[in-house]
Amino acid sequence: MTTAATLDVTRIRADFPILGQPVHGRPLVYLDSAASAQKPQAVIDAVARHYRTSNANVHRGVHLLSQEASAAYEAARVAAARFLGAAEPGEVIFAHGTTSGLNLVARSYGDTHVRQGDHILVSELEHHSNIVPWQQLAIRKGGRVLKIPITDAGEIDLDAYRGLLSERTRIVAVSHVSNVLGTIAPIQEMADLAHDVGAVLVVDGAQSAPHLPIDVQALHCDFFACSGHKVYGPTGVGLLWGRKALLDAMPPYEGGGGMIDLVTFEKTTYAQVPARFEAGTPPVEAVVGLAAALDWFTALDSAALQAHEHDLMVYATGRLSELPGVTILGRSPRKASVVSFVVDGIHAHDVGTVLDTEGVAIRAGHHCAQPLMTRYGVSATCRASFCAFNTRDEVDTLMGGMRRVREVFG
Amino acid sequence: MTSDLDELYQSVILDHNKSPRNFAALADATSHAEGRNPLCGDAYTVWLRMEGDRIADAAFQGVGCAISKASASLMTTAVKGKTAAEAEALFERFHEMLTGGATDLTGMPGGVKALSGVKAFPMRVKCATLSWHAMREALRSESK
Repeated sequence: MTTAATLDVTRIRADFPILGQPVHGRPLVYLDSAASAQKPQAVIDAVARHYRTSNANVHRGVHLLSQEASAAYEAARVAAARFLGAAEPGEVIFAHGTTSGLNLVARSYGDTHVRQGDHILVSELEHHSNIVPWQQLAIRKGGRVLKIPITDAGEIDLDAYRGLLSERTRIVAVSHVSNVLGTIAPIQEMADLAHDVGAVLVVDGAQSAPHLPIDVQALHCDFFACSGHKVYGPTGVGLLWGRKALLDAMPPYEGGGGMIDLVTFEKTTYAQVPARFEAGTPPVEAVVGLAAALDWFTALDSAALQAHEHDLMVYATGRLSELPGVTILGRSPRKASVVSFVVDGIHAHDVGTVLDTEGVAIRAGHHCAQPLMTRYGVSATCRASFCAFNTRDEVDTLMGGMRRVREVFG
Repeated sequence: MTSDLDELYQSVILDHNKSPRNFAALADATSHAEGRNPLCGDAYTVWLRMEGDRIADAAFQGVGCAISKASASLMTTAVKGKTAAEAEALFERFHEMLTGGATDLTGMPGGVKALSGVKAFPMRVKCATLSWHAMREALRSESK
């Protein structure tokens, strides 16, 4: 007989020093991991240790510290490749975050493949970082961005998607998990459909990487971008994965040190992938911290983590739904770790401020997804997001805070 | 911290949020301006009807939080009848009240004074000043 592993949340919480930090004199209830995750001690230690013992520039020095820093940097690439299910470490580029990874694809792949009249399909639930780079690309190249609509439940409208695909489609860009609704998109199916018309599928994985097991090959996608700071690592570093054959054929995005083969004033030749896309000194300590974060994160039982976060999401959805005047946005049965809601007659910012005084940190606003706000006819929502260290007790504290909201606003 | 919260959401603020005054487009406005906070999506339009140098009427419309809406309601009420220079001076004093300096609130319209609680919530200062910036922009576009 086997029993499913459960997450040892008490032990996990002990890994996060910030959870001992009171907020407005109350215990911190951090329900904003979707904006940025907190950091376990292992990550803090790894960054500090790097500065104390190995700090130097990478791939530039013959001295010992540079060798150590370079080795740690490349070891992190190996760890990142394993984390993403990449075919080889050389497919993984250290970008500065999801946004910079997506911009790299739009600039480098986009500029060489999108021509006058071509189409870029972008879903209606995207974060601005998966909309704006494509609009900029369309303007540069005379292409068009077409919107893939979503259903009322917050899922990609696959029939509409099929209808939009054509021989003019060059790129499809979609979030693996919506940062507002939590909806998990059927990436594999969407990728196969995109490939049928000769297009590539670009995945914004900012919100899936911290919650779902990632296997870029099983997803059938062509590019996958995510952020270090949302998977318990430092800010300033992100991962961009691309199929090797695509990356090898792509021109550099930024020029500078580290990305060259030979520079003369007549002509410069470029380094191989991934160095070709890593101009300038990279955020070495952030990369080292990210490796520690991936170590920490992948040591958790993935199935137990998903079950834990799913339980919190379902519990919070149920409790919030009991409140008069509260509407949950995003009702897909395939959801990850996010509950977005609006309160009748009370603006999300006011809810957020009252909750903050109770020690509860949520996100309130348009979540950098204004077209999605328009789709639902709201200007802002409240968003509670859950991670490995959250508990049902914390959801109960959120509910106490919601009672306080009602007291204040009547 | 509860007291800070009570200071922020005083009854006059809650009242102006629930029943905003001058909450309509002004058909005979002589100028208008938009205030938009791209970080949160709050957006208001402020209309002014000037008679000579005096604000004969002021109104606003838009969406946003309780602080931004109540502040717009109180602002439009406060600037009616004031000269452009007086309204600019009130803007300056209001801004100072929320961001540091001035603790002397004598002569400040009572309702506007109620917004002083925002000072304890630096993240919300932009909410309170949004429509005020739009008012000032409308005044300045008028004078061009």
